[in-house]
Amino acid sequence: MIRLEKRPQPSKIWTVMTPVLAVFLTMIIGGVMFAILGKPPLEAIRTIFWDPLFNAQFASYTRPQLLVKAGPLILIAIGLSIGFRAGIWNIGAEGQYIMGAIFGAAAGLAFYPSDSFLIFPLMIMAGAFGGFVWAMIPAILRTAFRTNEILVSLMLVYVAEAVLASVSQNLLRNPEGMGFPGSRNLSQWDASANREIIANSGMHWGVLTAFVAVIFAYVLMTRHIQGFNIRLTGEAPRAARFAGVMPARIVIFCLGLSGMLAGMAGLFEVAGPAGQISIDFNSGYGFTAIIVAFLGRLHPVGILLAGLLMALTYIGGELAQLMLGVPGASIQLFQGMLLFFLLATDVFINFRLRIGQAEAA
Amino acid sequence: MDLSSINPILLVASLMVSATPILFAAIGELVVEKAGVLNLGVEGMMITGAVVGFAVAVNTDSPLPGFAAAALAAGVLSLSFGILTQYLLSNQVATGLGLTLVGLGLSSLIGKPYEGMKSPTLPDLHIPGISEIPVVGPMLFQHDIMVYVSIALVAGVWGFLKYSRLGLVLRAVGESHDAAHALGYKVVRVRMAAIFFGGACAGLGGAYLSLVRVPQWTEGMTAGAGWIALAIVVFASWRPWRVLIGAYLFGGVTVLQLNLQAAGAKVPVEILSMSPYLITILVLVVISARGAHGAPASLGRSFHASH
Repeated sequence: MIRLEKRPQPSKIWTVMTPVLAVFLTMIIGGVMFAILGKPPLEAIRTIFWDPLFNAQFASYTRPQLLVKAGPLILIAIGLSIGFRAGIWNIGAEGQYIMGAIFGAAAGLAFYPSDSFLIFPLMIMAGAFGGFVWAMIPAILRTAFRTNEILVSLMLVYVAEAVLASVSQNLLRNPEGMGFPGSRNLSQWDASANREIIANSGMHWGVLTAFVAVIFAYVLMTRHIQGFNIRLTGEAPRAARFAGVMPARIVIFCLGLSGMLAGMAGLFEVAGPAGQISIDFNSGYGFTAIIVAFLGRLHPVGILLAGLLMALTYIGGELAQLMLGVPGASIQLFQGMLLFFLLATDVFINFRLRIGQAEAA
Repeated sequence: MDLSSINPILLVASLMVSATPILFAAIGELVVEKAGVLNLGVEGMMITGAVVGFAVAVNTDSPLPGFAAAALAAGVLSLSFGILTQYLLSNQVATGLGLTLVGLGLSSLIGKPYEGMKSPTLPDLHIPGISEIPVVGPMLFQHDIMVYVSIALVAGVWGFLKYSRLGLVLRAVGESHDAAHALGYKVVRVRMAAIFFGGACAGLGGAYLSLVRVPQWTEGMTAGAGWIALAIVVFASWRPWRVLIGAYLFGGVTVLQLNLQAAGAKVPVEILSMSPYLITILVLVVISARGAHGAPASLGRSFHASH
C-alpha cells in the first residue's frame, strides 16, 4: 500500500526539483498531445523549447522576443507572488494591466504632439497609478467589508475590458485614424516610445524595470521587516496579529504593489511592442503571470527563470504554429498543464511516499 | 429610447433561459463547497462542457446526448482537480485557477473545427393545460426541458442536504473534516463525489450555453459565467433556494441590459455590458458587509489523515 507521510521539514531539494520535473512531465504529455493531433511530437517539442534560442536560421530574430515577452510576465508575477505569500489572491492582474495601459497612454496623449523628455516618465507614473487604482477596489472592499478579493478582482477584468473597448472607440481614438478604433501609435511618437535600450536585444525599459523589481522583491522578502510581516501573515495569520501586524495594511500593500507593477507592465507594453490602445490590446499576460508566479516558487529569482521559460513557450508556440501548423490553443493548454503538473508534484515537498503498512503508533 | 418595445412576458421568459447556465454551475458548486472544497475551476469546467456538448450534439444531430457528454466530460475534468487537491494535497485556490486555464485551452483546441456551425435545437415543451394560461403560461411553462431540470436539481440538492443521511455526512465533512474522519466517514471519497457532481453540473451549464442560450460555439464564450456562479454561491449564503433567486436576479440583469441595448437606451453600450459584473461586485459587497456568511467551516482546507 502506498501512502503519504508528512515530512518533519519541507524538503529543500524537492522545492527546487518540482518545477524541473513539472516541465519534464509537460513535455512528455505535451508530446503525446501533439502525436494525437497528428504532429511529430519530438519535432514539436524541439520547435517550442530549442529552436527559438538556437536555430541557426531565425534565432537571431526570436531571441530578442524572449525578453520582450518575459518582461511583462516577470513584472506582473513579482507583484502577484508577494500577495500570494500573504494569502491575498489577486487574480485580476489582467484588469490592472489594461487600466495601467489606458491611464498611461491617456497621460501621454494629453500632451500630444509635445516632444518633452518628461512625457515618458509621466506615462510610467500614470500607468502605475492606473493599475494601483484598479487594485485598490478589491483591496478596500476586502479591508472594509471582508469581500472576497478573488471574485472582485476577477470581475474587474471584465469591467476593464469593457472600458478598453470604450476608450479605443471614443475617448482615445486616433483623430487621424479615419474612424477606425484604436489610439495614436505611441511607439512611433518619440516622446512616448518605449524603445530598446540595447538595439536588437529586446531589452526595453519595461524589461529593465522587471529586473529591478526582481531585486527589489528579493530584498523586500528576505531582508526587510515588511517582507517578514507578509510571510508571517500568510503562514500564521494569528501569530501575525499577536505580533502587531495589521492585516488591513498588508492587504492594501500587497494589492497596491501588484496593481502598480501590473499597471506599469501594461504601459510598457502599450508604448512599446503593442504600440497603441486597441480593443484587443490585452493578450492574457495577467493570467499567464499566475502560472509564472507559482512555477517560480513565489521566489523572485525563481520567477525570473519561470518568466523566461514561459516566454519561451509563447515564442516557441508561435513558431510551432507557423512551421508545423500546431493549433495556437494547444500552447495555452500546454501552459495550463505545466501549472497542473507543478501543483501535483509539489506534494513531495511536504510529504514522502511510503510503501507498506503504517507502523502502529 | 422606446421602453414599450420591451415585452415583460418575453423578458421573464428569456430571463429564465439566460439564468439557467449559471444556475446549473452554481448549484453544483454549492454542493462542492458544502463538502468543504473550494473549486475555482468552474469557468474551465463550464467551457469544457460547452464545447464537448456542442461537438457531440452536432455529430449525433440531437442535443440530449450533447448534454450527457458535457456532464461526463466536465465531471472527469473536475476529477483531475479532485486528485490534485484531495490526494496530492495541493492548494485549492491555485489548482482551481489551473483548472480554469486548462479548460480554456482544451476547449479552444477541441472547438476549432466547430466554429460557425449551428447546433440542433432543443424543442420547447408546451406543458398541456398550464402553458395555455395567459401571461403566466408563456412566462413559465413553455421552456425547454433543461430549464425544468435545473429547477428540479435545486429542489433535489435542497432535499438531499436537508433530509438525507448522506447529505448530513456531506455537510459534516464540510464543517469539520477531522470530526467526520473520527466518526469513520470517508472524507476524501465524499469530497471526490461532490467534486464530480459539481463538475457535471458545470458541464451541463456550459452545454446549455452553447446549445440553447447562444446557440453556437465561440472561443471563450462563457465570458466569466463560471466566476459569476461562484459569486452567486456566496450571495446565496450556501443555501440552494437562494442560489435559484441569485441566478434569476442575475439572469434578469443580463436580459434587461441586452433589451435596453436593443431598445437604444441613452446609456453607453459599454456601461450596459459591464453592468452584470458591477452588480455582482455590488451584491458581494452587500452580502459580506452584513457579516454572518454561513460558509462551511472547513471550506478550502486540505485534509490529511495524519494530522
